[in-house]
Amino acid sequence: MEITFTLNGKKTICHIKVSTTLLELLRETLNLTGTKPGCHEGECGACTVLINGKSVNSCLYLALNTNGKEITTIEGLTKPNGGLDEVQESMIKNGAVQCGFCTSGMVLNIKALQLETMQNKKVPGSGIKNSPNRNEIKKWLEGNLCRCTGYVKIIDAAEEVFNKGK
Amino acid sequence: MSKKLKIIGTPVPKHDAKMRTTGEAIYGHDIKLPNMLYGAILRTQHPHAEFIIDVSEAKKLPGVVCIITADDVDTNHIGYKRDHPILKKNEANCTRDEIAAVAAETKEIAQEALKLIKVKYKVKKGLYNPHDALKKNVPQINKFSSGKFENKNIAEKFFYEHGNLEQEKKNSVAIVKRKFTLPRMTHACMATSNITAHYTKTNGKLLLYSSTQVPFLYQRDMAHALKMNPSDIRIIQPIIGGGFGSKLDMHPFEPICALLSIKTGKPVQILYSREEEFIASPTRQPMEIELTAGVDKNGNFTFREIEIIKDNGAYTSWGATTPFVIMQAFSSLYKIKACRFNALAVYTNNVFAGSFRGYGNPQATFALERVIDLLADEIGMDKAEIRLRNANTKGEITGQGLHYDTCGHKECLQTVIKKLKVEKKKVEKNNRFKRGIGYASMLHVGGGAKIYRSDGCGTTLKIDPYGFCTIITGSNEIGQGSETVLAMIAAEELGIELSKIKVINTDTDVKPWDVGVHASRTSFVAGNSLLGAINILKEKLNNKAAKLLNEKTKSFTYENGNIISPSNQQIALDKVVREMHFTEPNELAIASYFYEPSSKFQDKDFKGNVSGTYAFASQSISVEVDTYTGNVQVLDIHVAQDVGKVLNPLLLDGQIHGGILQGVGYALTEELIFKDGELLNPNFHNYKMLTAADVPNIHFYPVETNDKQGPYGAKGVGEAPLIPTAAAIANAVCNALDIEIVELPITPERVLKAIAEKKNNKKNK
Ligand code: FES
Ligand code: FES
Repeated sequence: MEITFTLNGKKTICHIKVSTTLLELLRETLNLTGTKPGCHEGECGACTVLINGKSVNSCLYLALNTNGKEITTIEGLTKPNGGLDEVQESMIKNGAVQCGFCTSGMVLNIKALQLETMQNKKVPGSGIKNSPNRNEIKKWLEGNLCRCTGYVKIIDAAEEVFNKGK
Repeated sequence: MSKKLKIIGTPVPKHDAKMRTTGEAIYGHDIKLPNMLYGAILRTQHPHAEFIIDVSEAKKLPGVVCIITADDVDTNHIGYKRDHPILKKNEANCTRDEIAAVAAETKEIAQEALKLIKVKYKVKKGLYNPHDALKKNVPQINKFSSGKFENKNIAEKFFYEHGNLEQEKKNSVAIVKRKFTLPRMTHACMATSNITAHYTKTNGKLLLYSSTQVPFLYQRDMAHALKMNPSDIRIIQPIIGGGFGSKLDMHPFEPICALLSIKTGKPVQILYSREEEFIASPTRQPMEIELTAGVDKNGNFTFREIEIIKDNGAYTSWGATTPFVIMQAFSSLYKIKACRFNALAVYTNNVFAGSFRGYGNPQATFALERVIDLLADEIGMDKAEIRLRNANTKGEITGQGLHYDTCGHKECLQTVIKKLKVEKKKVEKNNRFKRGIGYASMLHVGGGAKIYRSDGCGTTLKIDPYGFCTIITGSNEIGQGSETVLAMIAAEELGIELSKIKVINTDTDVKPWDVGVHASRTSFVAGNSLLGAINILKEKLNNKAAKLLNEKTKSFTYENGNIISPSNQQIALDKVVREMHFTEPNELAIASYFYEPSSKFQDKDFKGNVSGTYAFASQSISVEVDTYTGNVQVLDIHVAQDVGKVLNPLLLDGQIHGGILQGVGYALTEELIFKDGELLNPNFHNYKMLTAADVPNIHFYPVETNDKQGPYGAKGVGEAPLIPTAAAIANAVCNALDIEIVELPITPERVLKAIAEKKNNKKNK
């Protein structure tokens, strides 16, 4: 079947099987290998992408459900001139990247939290009003496994992004 | 080194962090070659069985290009003891056993084909406990073992001793004896195992994109397995998604992938699923450690006597040699007058373990540090004091012959003891939550480990006519940041900007020889090797600069891309290189150097100074235990580590945090659970890795002892942080509840059981 969605800002049309996951579509058909497969069962978060600004495990998400939606992968976070998103910058600066296999997922999940925080600021009385604190960040990242860093620097990197925004 | 350092010691982010943050880095999973086939492996359904296999139906499936079984290949056995057939014939001996492999046009077809392979099993009763395997009249588990020991199911044996054990027993006022049981933990690298093999029929060359951490040993092992010439095998390492020791052995799937490529003449890729990764990648060694230890009336340790039984699994990997490291901890951590050590690795029908960060040391340290607490209790001495009293010291030569030219043990202990102050009273008012504290130290090699004939590393260094520098190093990057440290060294010494330094380290056809990543050796050995090459190259550059500047001196400094004489004449580095190339005597700005640490190969009694230097660390940990649920929460971890010299604080922190959290997992949650040889929890849902939400407060205090052997005084750091963590946590839990822990992980069930046992014991008294 045919689906149409916006991928990293570009309108994209794909022919897929009903059973194709978004992770397969991205990696195998579209050759966007920045999205990483860590488990294919929704347990590790390495495959995280943004759909309409919310973080999603692309390994469990059927590609057909992306029809009409906006998808951002790690490749889409890098600016056209090669510049990096502030989450990426912060990860590098804080030494939050070791092997890097979890990094795409981590970056996008932090991005999702940032987007949500910004969104909530606009809507009075909703959810997380202020920037999330360290404990909220830790909770938020629970679904993203990392074997190398012990998470400390990743949490630091996220915290720095939010502190800047204050 | 008196010179003021500009780059070494600063928090330089990882050399290649950017591409790892943007999705541009190419990992093994991302490789796609033209006409590439997808490989898949059929494993036995039963851990122990005879079988007959029929692949005829599977072969007919459209899209299947090749299927191999043991009958189709002519190979040598692999593994450290060469007791491991790549494809198993007629008999399966553990749940991982590879019995057939498929190459097909798509992943789906490959999986489909596996289902069509017909296997008839005759299930046999396996031996899943090493004690059973040691009984008389049981079958020989591994038919390919050397059989050189008195029992056919012994795979390997180690004996070590120093001092007068009987005398020291007499000198002891207290003796404690305990048996500890250590679990199987797995590496759980975030990237699953992977390989892409590309054989070119026309020239008989095999190209492997492999995540090995020891490419040159791997090249030799692969050649042996496939009966090829090693030089016809070229290994390229893509970006590696986690190592931690798992890639020290060559595993059967790797030569299998090569065989599929050789048979088909096409590139073939094998990627493990997560479930396969849990089942078929190596683990930490499970073992039983029985430790008897004594202390004299002044609180000095007297002796340690150790009996270890390791579950070797069905085949022998490097994991069988962990007693090298285990005995070092027992013989040489804290001052110890006498030590006798016996270790057996016993074949069973379980999966075999491999090497894992720490290499047996976390197991040893757990037993050793638990028993120190018990000894302290026996003689009524403070647990901090007994450790300080027995701590290792500079200048010490241990019973095993390790030379501690520098030693930060005491300082590490003092630091973490001082830093940990628990406010016990405040939280214990309701009696449900109990707090406790625990200490542990560790000793590990810090300057390589001479367990092969050489522990060396080669470097070729070149400066191009544009002033850029290329370091071609034998060493490998597996995410730990060694590339960055090398680039920093070159930048420091040559006055070249970091952005102009390239590190080439991924291709066996190009790079000079090196043992590989293990034993926390890379920064030490590769760093020294690079410094050697820099010296040689500088001599050439100095000569030319002197000529060009009309200077007599040969002592120049290198700064901001310039070579500067003592009289402050300067010339651009790139210009000097161009002049070297273009004017007589025309020569290249290239130098090569091979560094071999001063360490010694140990003698047959395992004595000798096996490493260039030794690293020490201590941790003090506070925990809070919920006595209703048995849940252990780690609150604060203070870690002081003798790193020799901090080369890059940012990367160092990363190694510390990452190691410690693996240690916390080992202590509290991580265990592969087997029943009759079959793995019951092959997924992240049931194998509990810690998450960001579980991270305790980690406080790190580097201790700098400036070892003259190390680059700028540095020692190896990679393995140390996880080694004492489980021991310190266990001590803290025991301290909180006044119970005994003899088994890891310390799960809520085990805590509740220990609490119940304590109550029972009290009642019975
Ligand atoms: S690959 Fe999707 S959660 Fe692990
Ligand atoms: S950096 Fe390796 S898994 Fe996170």
